[in-house]
Amino acid sequence: MSGLTQEHAQPSYLDQQGKYKGLLGWIFSTDHKRIALLYLYTIVVFFLVAVVFGLLMRIELFFPGQDIMSPQTYNAMFTVHGVIMIFIIVIPGLSAVFGNFFLPILIGAKDVAFPRLNLLSWWIFLFGAILAVLSQFAGSGAPDTGWTFYVPYSAESDSNVVIALTAAFVLGFSSILTGLNFIVTIHRMRAPGMTWFRMPLFPWSLYATAWIQVLATPIVGITLLMVIAERTLHIGFFDPALGGDPILFQHLFWIYSHPAVYVMILPAMGVVTEIFPTFSQKPVFGYTAIAISSLAIAGVGYFVWGHHMFTSGMSYSARWFFSFLTFIVAVPSAIKVFNWLSTMYKGSIDLKPPLLYAISFIFLFMIGGLTGLVLGSLATNVQVHDTAFVVAHFHYIIFGGMGFGFFAGMHYWFPKMYGRMYNIKLANIAWGILFTGFNFLYFPQFVIGMQGMPRRYFDYLPQFQVGHFISSIGAFILVTGIILMIYNLIRSAHKGEVAPANPWRGSTLEWQISSPPPLENFDEIPVITGKPYQYNTDDLGNE
Amino acid sequence: MEKEHKHHISSYFAHGTVLVTLLVLTVITVVVAGLKLGPLSVFVALIIASIKGTTVLTYFMHLKYDKPIYRIMVFGVFLLFALIIGITFIDYVFR
Amino acid sequence: MENTISHIVHRDDEASKMGMWIFIFTELLLFGGLFLVYAVFRAKYSEDFHIAAMELNAFVGTANTVILLISSMTVAMAITAIQKGDKGLSIKLLAVTLLLATFFMINKYFEWSGKIHHGLYPGSEVMLGLNRGQLLFFGLYYATTGLHALHVFIGMAILAVMLFRIKSGKITQDNFVHLENGGLYWHLVDLIWIFLFPLLYLIT
Repeated sequence: MSGLTQEHAQPSYLDQQGKYKGLLGWIFSTDHKRIALLYLYTIVVFFLVAVVFGLLMRIELFFPGQDIMSPQTYNAMFTVHGVIMIFIIVIPGLSAVFGNFFLPILIGAKDVAFPRLNLLSWWIFLFGAILAVLSQFAGSGAPDTGWTFYVPYSAESDSNVVIALTAAFVLGFSSILTGLNFIVTIHRMRAPGMTWFRMPLFPWSLYATAWIQVLATPIVGITLLMVIAERTLHIGFFDPALGGDPILFQHLFWIYSHPAVYVMILPAMGVVTEIFPTFSQKPVFGYTAIAISSLAIAGVGYFVWGHHMFTSGMSYSARWFFSFLTFIVAVPSAIKVFNWLSTMYKGSIDLKPPLLYAISFIFLFMIGGLTGLVLGSLATNVQVHDTAFVVAHFHYIIFGGMGFGFFAGMHYWFPKMYGRMYNIKLANIAWGILFTGFNFLYFPQFVIGMQGMPRRYFDYLPQFQVGHFISSIGAFILVTGIILMIYNLIRSAHKGEVAPANPWRGSTLEWQISSPPPLENFDEIPVITGKPYQYNTDDLGNE
Repeated sequence: MEKEHKHHISSYFAHGTVLVTLLVLTVITVVVAGLKLGPLSVFVALIIASIKGTTVLTYFMHLKYDKPIYRIMVFGVFLLFALIIGITFIDYVFR
Repeated sequence: MENTISHIVHRDDEASKMGMWIFIFTELLLFGGLFLVYAVFRAKYSEDFHIAAMELNAFVGTANTVILLISSMTVAMAITAIQKGDKGLSIKLLAVTLLLATFFMINKYFEWSGKIHHGLYPGSEVMLGLNRGQLLFFGLYYATTGLHALHVFIGMAILAVMLFRIKSGKITQDNFVHLENGGLYWHLVDLIWIFLFPLLYLIT
C-alpha cells in the first residue's frame, strides 16, 4: 500500500459544511461517514432501551414467583427485547455503522455507490425502529409472540402483532438497500489497483453479508406480509384455522432468520480480522482462506435453517440433512479462528482495548459455537430444545460475537471516527467488568437449561434458583460495564486528547488519512500496488 | 472507471422475433395443458415457462450482451431458489 | 501523486444497472416465497388445486399473457428507439406499453370482480365452505395476482416517469440508463407472470 499521509487539505467531515446547518446537516447528509454516525446514535439509543427490558426480565427472574411484573408483561418484554435487539441492533449494527463508515475508505473510494439511497435506508430504518417501539405502547397491548412470530399464535394473539410485523418488514427493506449499496460499491468503486484479492478482509466479510441481506431478507418480507394478510384479509397460508400449515411458516421464517445470524456475525469476524494484524504487527495469516471462508459461511449458512425445527415434526430425512449441514458450516468458522490465532502467533502483541475485545470475541464465540454443535446434533437437541441452554447459546453468539465485535470495532476505529483518543485505562476496566458480567449472566443459563429450565418462562421451580440468581447478578455487572464503556466513549468524543492519524500503527487505508477523515476521504484516489497488511519493522514510522 | 460504451443495440426486427417466439410458446403451453397429461403436465408447463423466462432474460433483459457477471448472478439466484425449494421438499416428501 | 485519477462528478451507468439487477433479485425472491408456499400446497392438495383452478378463466389468463408479452416488446423497442436517437418513437412505444398495461389491469379487474360477485373472496362464507386445498388455492390466487398487480402499478408509474423524462430531455441518446432500468423492471413483471400463468390457470 502506498504510504501517503495526507495534509489537512480538506476540512474534516465533522465540521459544518453543506447547505444545511446543525441537526439538519446530519439528517439530510449523504456523506457515508455522517450516515454511519446517524446509525450509531440510533442504534445506541435503541440498544439501551432493549438493555433495560433485558434487565427488567432478569430482575423478575431473581426469585421464583411474581416479583415485579405480570406474566403477560413478561411475554411482551421478551418479545420487544428480541425484536429491537435482532432487527434494530444486531442485524444492521456492524454493516450500517462500520460498514458505512469504513467500507468506502478501505477500498479507496470517496463514498458508497448510491449516497442518496444510503440516506434513504437510514430514514426507512428510523421509521421501522419507531414502529417497533410503538408496537409496545400503542393500541391493544404489546406483542407477546416472541420475536419469531410463530403461527398459529401470531395469527390469533390479540396484541399489536401487525405493527410489530410491519416494523420488521420495514427494517428488512432498509437492510436490503444497504446490502444492495455495498455490493455495487465493492464491484464498482474499488480504487485503481485494488483487485479483489487486495481488498482488506472487512470489505470481504461485508460483501458476503450484503449478499445474504439481499437474497434472504425478501423471503422473510413476504412471510411477514403473508401473516399480515392472514390476520387482516383472512387469506390462509399458515394458520390451521384457515387451512394453512404452521410448519411451513417455520420453514419460511428460518430460511431468512438463519442466514440472518450470519448477517450478524460475519461483519464482526471482519472487524476482528482487521484488529489482529494491527495489534500483532504481522500480516494476517491465510488471507485467502479468510476471504473465501466468508463466502463459504454465507453460502452454506443459507441451507441450514431447518436446525431450528428439529422438534417441529419435520421429516426424519430433513432432520439429518440439516444436522449434517450444520456441522459442515462450523468448518469455515473454525478456519477463521485458527487464522486469527496464527496471526497472533509470534507477533509483537500490543494488548490495547480493541485487542482485548477481539480476543474475548474469540473466547465467547468459541463457547457459543461449540454449544451450537450440541444444539445441531439431533439427539442432544431434543434434550435442550427451547430451554435456557438455547438462550445462553445465542447470547454467546450474538452478544459475545456480534456485540463484542462491535465494541472491538468501536475501540479500534474510535480515534479515526472522532479524531480523539479515549481513556485507555478506563476502557480496560470497562472491558473487564463487561467480560466478567457477561459470563456470570449467561453461563449459568447453560447449566439450568441442561437441567430443564424452559426459555420464555417468567417463573421457575425452586431447583433453578441458584442459577437464576447468579445470572441476575451477572446482568447488573454487565450493565455496569456497558454504562462505564459508553461514558468513557462519549466523554472522550468531546474531551479526549487529540488522536494522531495512525495511533495503532495500522497499515490499511483508513490509517493513511487524517483523523477524523476529510469530507471526501482522499484528496486524490490512491493507487494500490500490493496486498493489505504488509507489516515489516522498518515501515512503521509514518505516524 | 474505464469507459464502457460498447452498447449493443438490438434491432426492432430482433425484438419482433423474440415476441413471436414467446407467443408460439404460449400457444404450445395452452395446448399441452388441454392434452390431460396428468402429473406430467405440471413439469411440461414449468419447462415451457422456464424457456420463456430464459428468452425474456436473454434478449429483452439484455443478458446476452451484458457482462458475464450478470449472467453469473442471475444463474446464482435461480440456483439458490431451486435449492431452497428442493431442500424444503426433503421435509414434505419424506414426512 | 501524478498517477492518480482526478475526480469529476461522474456517472457510472454500470453501477446503476447492477443496482437495478440486485433489486430485481430481491423482487424475484419476494415472489419466490409465495411460489414456495404454492409448491408445498400443490404437492399436498393436487386434486383440490385441479378442481379449484377450473373456476379460473383460462381465456382471460391467456389474453393477459399475450398483452404483457407484447408490452415487454414495446418497452424493449422504446430503448432501441432512444439508442438510435428517435425520441418521438420512443415516447410512442412507451405510451403503447402503458396502454397495454391498462388493458391488463382492466382484465384483472373484471376477473376479480366476477369472483367476488360470486362470493369467492378471502374470508367469505363461500370460501370458508370449500375444502382445505381449494381454500388454499384461492388464497394463493388472490395473494399472488394481487401482489403482481401491485407490481404492474409500480411498473406503470416508473414507465410514466420515464416517458416524461424523455419528453423533458433528461433521457437522451447517450444517457438512457434510467430507461433501461425501468425496462428491466417491466420485464420482471412480465417474467413473474410467465410463471404465474401456467401455475394458476393451466392446472390439469
